Amino acid sequence: MIVASPKPITELKNLIARHGKVLFVGCGTCVTVCLAGGEREVGIASYAVRMARRIEGQPLELTQVTIERQCENEFIKDLAEPAAKAEAIVSFGCGAGVQAIAERFPTKPVYPGLNTQFLGILEEQAIWTEKCMGCGDCMLAEFGGICPVTRCAKRMLNGPCGGSTETHCEVDAGRPCAWQLIFTRLKGIGQLDRLDDIVPPKDWSTAWHSGTRKIVRQEHRV
Amino acid sequence: MIPSPNWEPRIIAFCCNYCAYAAADLAGSKRMQYPVNVRIVHSPCTGKIEMEHILEAFEKGIDGILVAGCLEGGCHFLEGNLRARKRTDRIREILDEIGIGGERLLMVNLSAAMAPTFVERVNQIVETVRALGPSPLHSSKQTESVGQP
Repeated sequence: MIVASPKPITELKNLIARHGKVLFVGCGTCVTVCLAGGEREVGIASYAVRMARRIEGQPLELTQVTIERQCENEFIKDLAEPAAKAEAIVSFGCGAGVQAIAERFPTKPVYPGLNTQFLGILEEQAIWTEKCMGCGDCMLAEFGGICPVTRCAKRMLNGPCGGSTETHCEVDAGRPCAWQLIFTRLKGIGQLDRLDDIVPPKDWSTAWHSGTRKIVRQEHRV
Repeated sequence: MIPSPNWEPRIIAFCCNYCAYAAADLAGSKRMQYPVNVRIVHSPCTGKIEMEHILEAFEKGIDGILVAGCLEGGCHFLEGNLRARKRTDRIREILDEIGIGGERLLMVNLSAAMAPTFVERVNQIVETVRALGPSPLHSSKQTESVGQP
């Protein structure tokens, strides 16, 4: 899922400083699961921003709506009515959600309520880690299901660097060395021979380096 | 803000059923005196008190809040009071950030037998809030908002 983190209340307040009627929009998918932009988090942010504005003598009229998914027009259309009454919208979705809403409402300022972080998983309660950077050319089969492109600080594709300390990364001592994990995993599944293969330089043209990407699948087009 | 001479702090005490509420009850049975500024809200567990409950009370103009739960390790639901501690810590940060003041929110842990401690803590929050003055939201205009919560 997409993992995001809330923006500080002061930053949120400053984002909408010039507006008196604002719509806060939560998203019921990834950012609800990562406890950043669901109905509850939008509620907490609303209380805080509303109180901050009252203390400053600039009361804020705030409407809160949480839709199922901000990245799909089918759900965004439910915002038409509350958006028409608001001067501005704060999206508590990921970056895709913010932009999808901005495209749907071209005359409304749309501000981000979260900092979108990465594609990751929930390790344990309230701890998320990055697992995928969406490079567009998945190589997980070669590395026993552990991605060195994302999880190795140096993106080494042919074994560890010389800096890893026992099982951990030299860049961050709290981070496991991806290559140690790959070795342990390949050993566990009996595929250590994969380490004999030389991995050629990665083709980065499928990643975001050449600009935004687009996928068209004709078999599903109507 | 300078409080009017007649101003008295208004405090809510969220008390868990198994310890703090029983301690408050015991304080009453023992005829112990504590300030009348406090209104007790009976809660199944401090872990059931959501951040929204506390924030809403502040938004409605309450001057201070006491969250009273079981002693650490003594929660009837094992860790409700530990969760409440983390939530109140976070709310205190928010209150500081927006200018209300984190000191207006106090969390305490006590057992059902600790009536004197309950009274002591009630006095503490009342005196703290009295020194701070009325909530800054007292003098500000409230606007209507739509949606949940």
